Amino acid sequence: MPQKINIVCVTGSREKLQMAAMIASVAAATGEEVSVFLSMNALTYFVKGHTDDAPVEGEMGELMGQKGVPPFKQLFQQAVDLGDAKLLPCSMALDLMKITKEDLDPEVGPPTGLTRFLSDAEGGQMFTF
Amino acid sequence: MSDTKIVDARDTFCPGPLMELITHMKQSNVGDTLELLSTDEGSGADVPEWVNKVGHEIISNEKIDGVWHIKIRKVK
Repeated sequence: MPQKINIVCVTGSREKLQMAAMIASVAAATGEEVSVFLSMNALTYFVKGHTDDAPVEGEMGELMGQKGVPPFKQLFQQAVDLGDAKLLPCSMALDLMKITKEDLDPEVGPPTGLTRFLSDAEGGQMFTF
Repeated sequence: MSDTKIVDARDTFCPGPLMELITHMKQSNVGDTLELLSTDEGSGADVPEWVNKVGHEIISNEKIDGVWHIKIRKVK
């Protein structure tokens, strides 16, 4: 029986996006049911044409810029490709930014409201970054 | 007996080696053997953890000159 792993990404720093992407990719590839809710400053990295270069919080973030560290966007993509993870953009954030699903990268799923996300997340684990 | 496919993930950091392995596992057939090469220190413990959890088989796991050589058989 797969676990439900729910990840809420709200912060746009490299460290937090990286950690969220690591958990999402490993959990999804292990057969867990993974949903990643993208809102606030984390969502903009999934807008088509937006930079992937997230600002660092500290020393580890600098170290993660080196060769051999899988970029967080690649890990999220692998979570979707290898483990059917769902990347769910917050519908409120899309409204605020005046954009639609078509403006987001293709791996991102349907716009999702909090009621739906919370109801789907029921009984699972929740991680917030 | 099929050949061993080498998955060279040296010089990548966690979870790079594991994701490389999983990508190649998906493309392999049941019964195939893959050998993962990793310089990521955590791989020696973490990759077998994944292999056992998902239900494949560890054939061998050794560190030679700073490189983990982990042989896995795809079971399903």
